[in-house]
Amino acid sequence: MSAELVLARTAPWRRKRLLLPALVLAVLALAVVLGPALIGPAGALVDLRHRLALPSLAHPLGTDALGRDLLLRLLLGGRVSLLVGIVAALAAAGLGTAIGLVSGYRGGRVDALLMRLTDGVIALPLLPLLVVLAALDPAKLGLGFLARSEDASLYRIVVLVALVGWTTVARLVRGATLSLKAQEFVRAAVAMGARPLRIMVVHILPNLASPIIVATTLSVGEIILLESVLSFLGLGVAPPLASWGNMLTGAQETIALAPQLALYPGLLILFTVVACNFLGDGLQQALDPRARRE
Amino acid sequence: MTRFIVLRLAQMAAVLAVMSLVIYALIGLMAGDPIDVMIASNPHLTAADAARLKALYGLDRPLLERYLAWAQAALHGDFGYSRLYMKPAFEVMAPRLANTAILMGASFVLALGMALPLGIAASRKPGSAFDGCVNLLAFAFISVPSFWLALMLILVFAVSLGLLPAGGIATVGDGGVLDRLQHLVLPVATLTLASMGGHLRYVRAAMIETLGQDYIRTARAKGAGELRVLLGHALRNALIPVITVAALSFGSLFSGALVTETMFAYPGMGKLIYDAVLGNDYNLALAGLLLATAMTLVANLGADIAYAAVDPRIGQR
Repeated sequence: MSAELVLARTAPWRRKRLLLPALVLAVLALAVVLGPALIGPAGALVDLRHRLALPSLAHPLGTDALGRDLLLRLLLGGRVSLLVGIVAALAAAGLGTAIGLVSGYRGGRVDALLMRLTDGVIALPLLPLLVVLAALDPAKLGLGFLARSEDASLYRIVVLVALVGWTTVARLVRGATLSLKAQEFVRAAVAMGARPLRIMVVHILPNLASPIIVATTLSVGEIILLESVLSFLGLGVAPPLASWGNMLTGAQETIALAPQLALYPGLLILFTVVACNFLGDGLQQALDPRARRE
Repeated sequence: MTRFIVLRLAQMAAVLAVMSLVIYALIGLMAGDPIDVMIASNPHLTAADAARLKALYGLDRPLLERYLAWAQAALHGDFGYSRLYMKPAFEVMAPRLANTAILMGASFVLALGMALPLGIAASRKPGSAFDGCVNLLAFAFISVPSFWLALMLILVFAVSLGLLPAGGIATVGDGGVLDRLQHLVLPVATLTLASMGGHLRYVRAAMIETLGQDYIRTARAKGAGELRVLLGHALRNALIPVITVAALSFGSLFSGALVTETMFAYPGMGKLIYDAVLGNDYNLALAGLLLATAMTLVANLGADIAYAAVDPRIGQR
């Protein structure tokens, strides 16, 4: 469904609820993509003589504990956090869609098993399990070649987060599949002898666009939060690569000297996640007529 | 009802057995093994010694065989020795478990205790200014990273105002009740606020849904007072989804406890698991994770029982 169609169908006061978070996210995305080039790469260098400097013309937000420009680090960290959030959310959405489709279409035992798995993933204490998963040795998994890459921590965090972030999409897709399965066009396709895979991919999947869009938007926020806490705990994006989460790792030690180091990355995470959640909520109300009663 | 509980207990034991195998296998995939750790701390060990030790501890045997041996010992209450704390893993966990129970219990009660009245009040006039504020508050608490919330609370109440301790569980040399409570304020506040947003949204949504039902109009038509309509008729029905979600949130509450405990150096189960994994304390990590999983399963069972108690239709089926 195109963006214009969504807006055309939406009451004016609801449009504002969609546009404002979309605008916030667009500005953030633009800033992290273009910002670093405007500031120049010099601020990324460690400069121990100017540690924890106060804001100045050269460093609009001051410098961090290693003398790097804080604004530049925030923008570069935003690149990583947003990219990881979007890529992991898409991966999780793909996994969730596949599970939800099969579960809803097949029904019976397959459905019961997959839904039990989904409930299990939702109910388990995920963070302790993720801590263990992050500590796994890639060499023992036969992935030693990946571990040597510079971006190994990025691949790891995307996989980890996608592994636990698929449940929302899976449940919504399953529910929608259940109701679509009973409709005439699907039964006609069955009668004409279409194979289950074809029915799922060609006939059902295109009709699932709106629940998938809503669930993915909502899970981007959730996933950015998860990335930030794992990176903060030293299990996600690894320094020197910046992410909003790992920029807060050392902030606790310097909080009395330089509270701004602890303040900004967290505020950016908060704004981003609030915007994603409002956008997802707004989309849900715009796309799902049943949700409008509220 | 008894049949229902027995059935769920059997199911729970099966899930726990499967999870223990999964966790056991995962811990085995962590970097290094206990013998590597021994070699690292004692450079005089030769390769032959290492092989002999591996055979002695059974590390040369296949995974399933090792798991069964471990499970047999675990069923007898022997979870092995903690490398970091030089004590049996179970002894290390016991006091931590109590600390976590205090933290999580207080936060759970406070979060629900604040979410219920706020959500009920907001549901009376959906779309009003007050409702909008409550909704915004819920979104803010859902979206705030809990570790950052902890940092901000430390910044304001410990660093700037100097009112409360920034971490730990008690001041050295002072183990009084007041001192313990002071150390609890910030961790409990963090976990409460971080887990409140979800409850608030569910209470509000469930109450709005029930307040639109016909039996509410009937109750009002019969002249029931507003409080009786809200609490006696609407809340009782709205509680069903709320209880389910609240109990299912035990896992995420535990995840929140891990973050909170790490931030405030609070000696609980979450921090224990985190430290054990980072410190290659395999036995302790395994026992801790399993205990956390078991606690979650028990909480879910509790939810099912509470659910059956609130909605009499469930237990009879």
